[in-house]
Amino acid sequence: MGLDVMQDSQPIAQAVIDIIAEQALVEPSEIRHDSTLADLGLDSLGLVECIFGIEERFGISVPFNANTPDQPGFDISSVGAIISEVERLVARQAA
Amino acid sequence: MRRVVITGAGTLNPLGHDVAATLEAMRAGRCAIDRLTCRDVERLTVRIGAEIRGFEPETHFDPRRMSLLDRATQIALVAARQAMAQSGLEVTEALGLRAGVVMGTAGGGNTTVDDNYRTVYQEGKNRVHPLVVPRLMHNAATSHISMEFGLKGPGYTVSTACASANHAMGQAFHMVRAGMADVMLTGGAEAMLCFGGIKAWEGLRVMTLDTCRPFSRDRTGMVQGEGGAVFVFEEYEHARARGAEILAEVAGFGMTSDAGDIVMPDRDGPVRAMRMALADAALPPQALGYVNAHGTGTAANDRVESQALGEVLGAHLRAVPVSSTKSMHGHLIGGTSAVELLACLMALREGVIAPTVNFTEACPDCLVDAVPNVARAARVDVAMSNAFAFGGLNAVLVLRRA
Repeated sequence: MGLDVMQDSQPIAQAVIDIIAEQALVEPSEIRHDSTLADLGLDSLGLVECIFGIEERFGISVPFNANTPDQPGFDISSVGAIISEVERLVARQAA
Repeated sequence: MRRVVITGAGTLNPLGHDVAATLEAMRAGRCAIDRLTCRDVERLTVRIGAEIRGFEPETHFDPRRMSLLDRATQIALVAARQAMAQSGLEVTEALGLRAGVVMGTAGGGNTTVDDNYRTVYQEGKNRVHPLVVPRLMHNAATSHISMEFGLKGPGYTVSTACASANHAMGQAFHMVRAGMADVMLTGGAEAMLCFGGIKAWEGLRVMTLDTCRPFSRDRTGMVQGEGGAVFVFEEYEHARARGAEILAEVAGFGMTSDAGDIVMPDRDGPVRAMRMALADAALPPQALGYVNAHGTGTAANDRVESQALGEVLGAHLRAVPVSSTKSMHGHLIGGTSAVELLACLMALREGVIAPTVNFTEACPDCLVDAVPNVARAARVDVAMSNAFAFGGLNAVLVLRRA
């Protein structure tokens, strides 16, 4: 499936939310852009599984190191921040 | 109670092909972390590690036996030969019945698994070498050591991830002390610097692309290595009666489980393990003159281990050098605590504390004296070696000067 088709059928934001919802065992509708992963009860294992899910879904490589969670490689401070980062990486991939 | 002493040591690791070369590298603060050379390295994100360079297995082993020996087994056998040679032990029929082997490994024949999965899955072949199973099994190194030296007593392999070697040596210590054996060969070996072995670790997102900087503020994770070490543990009177040189006494061992998280470190489990090892040795925390830390260089381990040491040592923490030699030889996973015990022997026997290299800046979360970058002279009577595994399994050894 081409990238364009994928974006048409499911916006990036919704796909990221679905991945996080699956890990957090909540309905996608319960996740807000300003939710933090901690709010959703996701620990470090849940986080790396989310990142793995995102990489597999979008065919991108996410620069995330669990030792430096607060560094600017990939902002995970909220669901909205993660969506922005994924959009940036997908756009860079397409360019 | 029977006492247990170390009468032989051997190693093959990224810092050296024997104990003397390894300790020389530790004294010099040499870092063996470099570019990885494994097959398909270009498909890895993590491309650094501590490999054993210049090791030529064909000069050590009969070519007809090579198909039985995974790299981890080769490492263990080379180390065991050195340890036995140093001990001067002659294994008679009678001693063979009172001698055994306990080795630690996390991945066993990981490289053999990787190579043969490649054969059947990637290359699509429907046939593998007939000796894949005896080559990959976790107990291969234990069995080959027992066969080479005729050690017919207890023999098995312990696999507790990054604490494997300490758990193995703790068990060997217990067996000699309890009278089940008079001599045990023990330690650990690991060789998983193959594509699959590194790729799996990459997935955890705890590896650094920089270098290993334990306890340093700018640390960004761990670096894998390969290697191992083997020791001869011997009952004290047995060693004395034959005039053996005693390298150190194994004074105490403690092991606990966090029963918490599968990967995140915990403070309470390590605290209890350290206290248990000291109590087993009948020594107060104030007796400690050196701690070889688990010190992986991850943000979480080094912070939590520092807190745990603070809880065990109290005000004495300031007076005890705490170094992580993983900064030099990398994390040898199941074999790591065996190589790290060599740093304890160096502290006890030579009065030299191995440094934590690649250290740039103290970290407010790690209030330990990490012996930054340069080895230090100190008289050490008691040394402790920590190993805290994924899965929350902790194993701590305490050694005393002979």
